[in-house]
Order: sequence, then structure tokens, then C-alpha cells
Amino acid sequence: MSWTKKVLRVNLTNGTVAEEPLNMQWANDYLGQRGLATRYMVEETDPACDPLGPDNKLIMATGPLTGTTASTGGRYSVICKSPLTNAIACSNSGGFFGAEMKFAGWDMIIFEGRAASPMYLSIENEKATLIAADDLWGKSVWESDKILRTKHQDPQTRIACVGRSAEQGCLYSAIVNDLHRAAGRSGVGTVMASKNLKAVVVRGTQGLANVDNPEAFMATTKAGKAVLAENAVTGQGLPAYGTQVLMNVINEVGALPTRNMRETQFEGAANVSAEAMAEPRKSDGKPNLTTNGACYACTIACGRISTVDRTHFSVKDKPEYWINSGGLEYEAAWALGPDTGVDDIDALTYVNFLCNEDGLDPISFGSTVAAAMELFEVGAISTAQTDGVELKFGSAEALVWAAEQTAKGEGFGRDLGMGSKRLCEKYGRPEFSMTVKGQEFPAYDPRGIQGIGLAYATSNRGACHLRGYTIASEILGIPEKTDPLQSDGKAGLVKAFQDATAAVDSAGLCVFTTFAWTMDDIAPQVDAACAGDWSSERMMEVGERIWNMEREYNAKAGLTSADDNLPTRLLTEAANAGPAAGKVSELDKMLPEYYAVRGWTTDGTVSSETHQRLGLPG
Amino acid sequence: MQKSLHIDPGKCTGCLQCESACSIENEGMFNPSKSRIKVFTFHDEGRFVPYTCTQCDEAWCMQACPVDAIVINAETGSKDVLEDVCVGCKVCTIACPFGTINYNTTSGKVIKCDLCGGDPACAEACPTQAITYVDANATGLDKMRAWASKTDNATS
Repeated sequence: MSWTKKVLRVNLTNGTVAEEPLNMQWANDYLGQRGLATRYMVEETDPACDPLGPDNKLIMATGPLTGTTASTGGRYSVICKSPLTNAIACSNSGGFFGAEMKFAGWDMIIFEGRAASPMYLSIENEKATLIAADDLWGKSVWESDKILRTKHQDPQTRIACVGRSAEQGCLYSAIVNDLHRAAGRSGVGTVMASKNLKAVVVRGTQGLANVDNPEAFMATTKAGKAVLAENAVTGQGLPAYGTQVLMNVINEVGALPTRNMRETQFEGAANVSAEAMAEPRKSDGKPNLTTNGACYACTIACGRISTVDRTHFSVKDKPEYWINSGGLEYEAAWALGPDTGVDDIDALTYVNFLCNEDGLDPISFGSTVAAAMELFEVGAISTAQTDGVELKFGSAEALVWAAEQTAKGEGFGRDLGMGSKRLCEKYGRPEFSMTVKGQEFPAYDPRGIQGIGLAYATSNRGACHLRGYTIASEILGIPEKTDPLQSDGKAGLVKAFQDATAAVDSAGLCVFTTFAWTMDDIAPQVDAACAGDWSSERMMEVGERIWNMEREYNAKAGLTSADDNLPTRLLTEAANAGPAAGKVSELDKMLPEYYAVRGWTTDGTVSSETHQRLGLPG
Repeated sequence: MQKSLHIDPGKCTGCLQCESACSIENEGMFNPSKSRIKVFTFHDEGRFVPYTCTQCDEAWCMQACPVDAIVINAETGSKDVLEDVCVGCKVCTIACPFGTINYNTTSGKVIKCDLCGGDPACAEACPTQAITYVDANATGLDKMRAWASKTDNATS
């Protein structure tokens, strides 16, 4: 089976916890995690609800493969309505928290309502208790983690927690688990804090014994691991360099958005690359990168474990940061680095630590700082707003100051916590916001990589690379190479990536496996784990169903085809350098084709035929 | 040839594939809390260390057991717990200096590594060869080789 078939429902308004059976009909149609939890959201919430009000719900959801021995089978997602985008939010995280939820016997935890005062949820197998968290409120994730560990006296406990930024209403706050893994995007941490829920502490010793066909499961997962080990990306590139392997690659193809996406190549890219992380530094002869680390059951192990140079201005007087912790991943390194014009790897690593410590999405944070720097440059904001700090492109000091302010929700950090859309509107230059549906872009310029522009514009959670990572095809040639500068054929490519990713997420696996695995590697693992027949075709259909369900949720939340858009800069200002020089995004060509490929009407509505064919709710 | 588990923490990524494999092999479920091998994460130091029973020749656990429930496996050299003899008194868990024999609340008996009868699932599952099953007479061979390779013959 692989599902525990149990849902924990926590009503924070009433202070009650209750066990209920998982809806297995929905599990058959939506698999788990992202898909299944969204199905619950469709059933139980009004898509037009206030995302920060008690009517929004927040679901922590595992997939059927979460907790198993399948490689990367440790993922969980947090699903709710987003305060950043007003669309459906689904943020995926690794680490060990998701697997522990499963070992405690739960597929999902549904949080509803709002507690009158700060609480945290403690789970020990079937026993779940809401406990006062007044002593944790106002403390960072890292501080709270220490306190909770002391209190629970179990070193094996896994903790997911929100930081001070979320408490202060920063709209892109993350939920951080295991100190440095995060359900990072779309402000899911903000929603958790709005419910006065500070943390979830889970310990599971029941384990998972109900895999449908154990023999086939051990055989297919073993075969899957061999494929990952033999693949150049998952077997060599990612373990050695992490996702940061992309920094120099994307810069070379002229798609590294620089200084708030005004430029497409960054002169300092090499200084903040994977190669730079491995370079011994002058002060102590050690490199930034200590080692690579894995999430639960992951045989790739792309995670970076890093230190900041103790002599660096950001930490020289702060020994509490002279530790190893989660280091720079590509998207974070890009947003904090090239997008702000900062090429100081220690500043980036320290700011990344702060993002983990207080639950800031580093993509949205870095991109918002970049927008603020452009506002500062044109005089729309001045040192009057910034306590005298010169918020200039390239200033590591300004970046560090901005992170310290935003992490705690103090001073100008409160403005930065609104995200770039609201910040740029407040200061009268909305065109400086590099967002879709209010969510900031990740690290690939849609002028130099055409398909990803369409993926950003149509992503159900706002600009995002993880809803349809066409970079795999357009840059890395996986599963086959397409020309990044061409928009022809990208509609079908985007749809295929979007549907496949929705299915992979919903299984409880990491999307990075798909650098090596096709659906034909994944479906047999799901099939062996779960009752029923799970073919590649069925997985793709489930993915498509999920995508369309999310689309319909967003439509009911008030989003229209006008929200499937890119900032004017990317549509009208040509790339300034590199192989893409002279190009703009050809979104206008791709979007109508995409709607057609999706089986939607010309205004981007899911057609009744498509709705019927997929058996969507409502 | 007797073999022994050899652990190289420097290669460990902390993925817990070993704990997953150990628990499915010995408990029939994926359950790291029941694994006989444990990976310890030292977060601030950035280190992962797998740790399990080293199969002492004169095993304290075996000496301490009042009902002779721990016996030597002649083939592998492992010290195995006879579950139907064990009375769950836990004296062995006190005697073991390394903490690698533990009480299992589900069965009411103690559990420890038995080398899976000569084909340890943890070593098989480890994706980075941090855990290997090697000739017991030469567990230091890889380390010797690594240091030997640093010897610069050209200048000596």
C-alpha cells in the first residue's frame, strides 16, 4: 500500500486533534503529497479565502514512497493558499521530517483555524498534542530547534519550524525542517505563523511495513539506484558540485539574470560558482564547501554543507555562525549573488545561513533586494528609508544588512518582506518587479531560454523552475536537446515537464531524479509500492489531472489568463550580451499554443471536455 | 576468510540508506528507529558517522548475558542474539561499552548487528562505500593504500 491511510486533523481554533482515514479514492486519482493534498484543499477550502485568515488550511503531506528505501523517498510538501500569489501554494522539502511523519503513521497533517496564542504540535507515533509555544515565539528556527530538542530529550526527533520573518508577516517565509531544508516558496511559513503555529515536532518509531509487493519493490528501487549512480548528472555532477554546477554553465549560455534581470551575464559568476566553493581560502586554507550531504534515502546527495570564512566582515564578531550548515544551492546563490550584483561568496553563504535560520525563501528575498537596489539607483527609495545604508548593486554590506533586517522583520526589512511586487508598487515603479503572479523568478533568463519563460508564466504557483524544469532539455539535453533560443515546440515540452513533475512530487520523490530517471524508471517503483496498476501512462495522467486541478483552484481564486504573463522587461528589452543577445521572450507566440496543447479555451480556461476527461472535481 | 564491516565516515552523506536496509532486512519494515546501524549527524561540524557493533572477540554483551542468549556465529564471527532465549533483562546493554546492543520495545528482546548472516544489507545499500564488508585481517588496507599513495618515491 505504502500509504499509512491515516490523516491527522488539527483544529487550532478549538485546540483539537483527530485521526481520520485517508480518502483512498482520491489517493487512486491523485497519488499522494502535492496532488492528494490539493484535492483536499479543493474540497475543504474556498479558493477565494484570505490566505492569512483562519479559513485557509495548511497541509503537510507525504507521498506513498516517502519513508521507503526508494532513492530520494523522503520528500514532503506543504500545501495551502499563498499570501504572496493568492494562488495555490505547494512547497516541497527534503531532509528527514517527511519520512519521520510517515514512520509515526501519518500520510498527512491538516491544520485548520487559528490558535488564540502560539502553539506547537508534538507527535509521538499515534499521539499528537498541541503545546503552548509562547517561549518560542520571537525566536529563530535555530534557537527554537535547540529549545525543543532540550525539552523533548530525544535526539532523533525531527522538527519543522517557522522563524521570526514569518511571525512578522514577511510574505515569502518558509517552513524550515532539519535546520536547513525548507518548504521554501510562496510563503507557506507565513501561513503557518498566521495560524499561531510555531513548530511541528515529530518522532516516529512505527515504521512502514505495508509496501504492496516487497520483493518487486526492493528489485525496482535497486535498479533505480543503479540508474542514478551511472548517470553523469546524478552520479557525478550533483554529488561533487551540487546544483551550483549550473552557475558557470548558465552564465555561458547568456541566461544568468543579472542586477534585477537587466543583464543576462554576470562578470562575477565564477566567484560564486561551485568551483569557487571548492577553492581553499586564504585565511585558513579550507574551502567554503566542507562536504556533501543527503536528504533521507537519497543516493544522489547534492546538498552542500559549508562554512563562512571566520575573518569575513559578516561573521568575524559572531562565533555562533562559525559552524557548518546548509550551503549555497544554485537558485539561492543566483538570487543573492548575480541578481544583486554581489560576488562575495562568504556574504552569500552567511545570508543563506540567515535565510535558513529565520525561514526566508532566498530566491524571493534576493530578487526583492535586487528590485530594491534598482529602486535605490533611480532614486525611488533613498537612504531615508534604509537607515543610511547605500543599497547599491554589488554591495555585500547592503545585502547582509538587508538580510539581517528582513530575517527579524525590522526597519526596512518589513518593506523587503512584502516581496518585490508590493515593494515596487509601493515606491511607484511596478515595472521593476521581476515576478509572475507576485512570485519572484528563479535563476534562468527567459530571453536566453525560451521554454522556461512559458513555464514561469503558466506555473500554478507563480514564477518557478520546479513546476516544469525545461532547463533539463534546453540546456542539459535531457531527455533530448532542444534549442534554448527557439520558442517553437516549447508548449508541448512545457506541458510534458509540468505533468511529469506533478506526478513525481506526488509520489514523494525528488524531481532531481528525473535528470536520470524517465517515467519508465519511476512508475515500476510506484507500482510495486502501491495497490493497483501504476503504469507510466497512468502517472502522466495523474500529473495532468493535478495540473488542471491546480489551474481550476486558481481560477476560482480569481486568477485569469492575464496572470499568465511575464514582466515587460523580458518581453521588450532584449538580452544585452552572450548567445541570446538581441532576444526577448516570445511568450506571445508560445502561450496560445500552450493553451491549445492543454485542451483549454483561448482565454486559458480548462475546457469542459478536458475537465470531464480528467475527472476533475466540481 | 572472516570478514568484517568497515566504516569510513569521510564517505558518508547521511542518507540513512543503511538504516532503511537494516530495518527491512531484520524487522521486515522501513524503520530507522529499529536499525542496528545508526548514522550520527554532527551538524555544526559537518560530519556524518555510521556506527554499529564491531563484533568484539571477547564480547562484553555475551559475557554479561545471564541466560547465554548471545552466541558466536562460527561462520561469520558475529555475536548473535537468540531471540527465544533472550529474557529482555538488558544487562548486555549496560555491559557493552559502545552502546551497539539495544532493547527493542516491540519484541521485548535486545537487538544487535549479526552481519545479516554474512551478507550485510547496510553495506549492500550504501551508495558511497562508506560501509563495506571486507577481509577482517585487513580492515586498514584502504587507509594504508591512501597513505602509501602519498609517498613520493621520486624524491626518496
